[in-house]
Amino acid sequence: MNAPQKPTMKKVINESGIEVKPLYTAEDVAASGGMAMVGEPGAYPFTRGIHREMYRKQPWTMRQYAGFGNPADTNQRFKYLIANGQTGLNVAFDLPTQIGLDSDDPLAEGEIGRVGMSIDTLRDFEIAFDGIDLKKITVSLTINGAAAILIAMYLAMAEKRGYDIKELRGTAQNDILKEFIGRGTWIFPVEPSIRLVGDTIEYCATHAPKYTPVSVCGYHIRESGATPAQEIAYAFCIAKAYADDAIRRGLPVDEFAGRLSYNFNIFGNIFEQVCKFRAGRGLWAKIMKEEYGAEKPSSMWLRMIAAGGGGGLTFEQPEVNIVRGAYYALISALSGTQTMALCSYDEAYTIPTEYSARISLRTMQLLIEEMGLTETVDPLAGSFYVETMTNEMRKKMEEIMAEVDAQGGIVKMVAEGTIQAKVSAQAYGMQRKIESGEFPKVGVNCYRNEQEEDHPVEFHPYNEDDARVQIESLKRIRAERDNKAVDAALTRLRGDAAAGRNVMPALVEAVKAYASVGEMTRELVNVFGRYQEPIRF
Amino acid sequence: MNATERRIKVLLGKPGLDGHDQGAKVVARAMMDAGFEVIYTGLRQTPEQIARIALEEDVDVISLSSMAGSHIPFCRKLKPLLEANGLTDKLWVIGGNLPAQDHAALRELGFKGIFPSGSKLDAITEFIRSNVK
Repeated sequence: MNAPQKPTMKKVINESGIEVKPLYTAEDVAASGGMAMVGEPGAYPFTRGIHREMYRKQPWTMRQYAGFGNPADTNQRFKYLIANGQTGLNVAFDLPTQIGLDSDDPLAEGEIGRVGMSIDTLRDFEIAFDGIDLKKITVSLTINGAAAILIAMYLAMAEKRGYDIKELRGTAQNDILKEFIGRGTWIFPVEPSIRLVGDTIEYCATHAPKYTPVSVCGYHIRESGATPAQEIAYAFCIAKAYADDAIRRGLPVDEFAGRLSYNFNIFGNIFEQVCKFRAGRGLWAKIMKEEYGAEKPSSMWLRMIAAGGGGGLTFEQPEVNIVRGAYYALISALSGTQTMALCSYDEAYTIPTEYSARISLRTMQLLIEEMGLTETVDPLAGSFYVETMTNEMRKKMEEIMAEVDAQGGIVKMVAEGTIQAKVSAQAYGMQRKIESGEFPKVGVNCYRNEQEEDHPVEFHPYNEDDARVQIESLKRIRAERDNKAVDAALTRLRGDAAAGRNVMPALVEAVKAYASVGEMTRELVNVFGRYQEPIRF
Repeated sequence: MNATERRIKVLLGKPGLDGHDQGAKVVARAMMDAGFEVIYTGLRQTPEQIARIALEEDVDVISLSSMAGSHIPFCRKLKPLLEANGLTDKLWVIGGNLPAQDHAALRELGFKGIFPSGSKLDAITEFIRSNVK
């Protein structure tokens, strides 16, 4: 058992590159910019929270990422989570669905239903959400490359079930720019990909005004090697790229900005994370108000899911990840998030079992029921340390955003692979620091178990038969549906895509005719082409 | 590495549809720092593409990074292609999210080096250095 040797009063620099002092006083707060950006919860600049009463009115939504196998398998897991007190769903799709392939595509072989549920047509969505009240349980779709198609499918499913689309709430991840940086489920080249995001924003602003068509993800950029300050700064640059596209289409900012949301990551230093979110809220409000001229408060709100990230969890001593998750949930609550999720302790190994997913859920419920985290808004406000670090994190984020602008903007940097190269160099540097012991990681480079570990991890079984069932179901639908209607809708889709018209109406028509994800994607690829990955690392 | 020693050439492939490439890119950098020449394929390689690149680039090592669980079906398709292209004398290595219960099957499929999550970068590069013929 060897603890990392820390000489007293060694200089401490947090991951974002800001020095952490052993003591903070009122003078530090004043020197860092004072309390000007703190304000009151529910009022500009919203540093303390986007709502006045925050969790007193409603605790955070709990939304564990879930989905595997066939839609029927996933429907059961959804119902299990809801029965255990989960208040929202976050849908995991398998890789073929995420990159727009049908289950019978040769490239899908071996991947069907493996990391999420398999979706080919509207029929699958009907099964997946059967018996779930979409008014009570909001659904978040973790889908990016094929997001326009899956949003159309979700709206069509809800409409078919009798919900008023104008009142329907829900979220799609639909942040393609971060997929080019990390996660990798891109399909089309960068420019048409941004256009598709714009199509969804424009369509939802009119047809589904309460639906959140985009959740911009700092989360995966952080997982790919970004610092906490870069995570927020790059996400804001990406959100601005989508906002700029919407504005070029003539949408007034107050008609769409309130429906943008964010997905952020939590691991690492507790105070750096909390200050990251407080700083980010103030900065986003300032950007929307001063740069975009937003007038509605909701346009300035940084609405977010703050999720305990896999990047902090370890393969070694996996049960210790349960404790890490508890700290991440605490950070998330102290940060004033709208939605919370946790990677489960076994996620370095496998898709979470019912047991591990329930532990994550209970971790979040403990904070609400036993720990008093919902009683008072932004309880860390006024701390000399927290207010100073919030000011310094905000300055750091502004510097990073200015650097991106100086290098030609985020879209150019993503297309050329320069952001990818930067974060991957940082990931390598961090891995070397962990392996050398310079960056302590419990169970990995200190407090290792001496004996061979007996991992108490139960693997989620992969059912090979799911693929056969899914393919048979797709074939049956192709045989039974009105193929003339499908062809007409696909022709319209191709025409609208080529003519630069919004493709959402054609996608909704195609989805309703039971066109498949692969068929719709093919039409769009024929017009837009495919992304060619710049090999930069 | 002395000047007369040939540089080890490594193909690092991302098999299948998985987009998690942080680990692959970190390993690619470690290999370059170890003095290897690295051909990184980028995402979404089919077995046919991996075999073709390995043959064309005349690599010493064929390595794969798999995070999303499809390593066994992928390697089952890859093995006969590598064999058909006369690449059995190359060092086959795989890393990523590889459950212990799959290691025997991967060895059986011809993978000499198996580096599950948690493996050290130096362990990977040292293994390659001492096992390349």
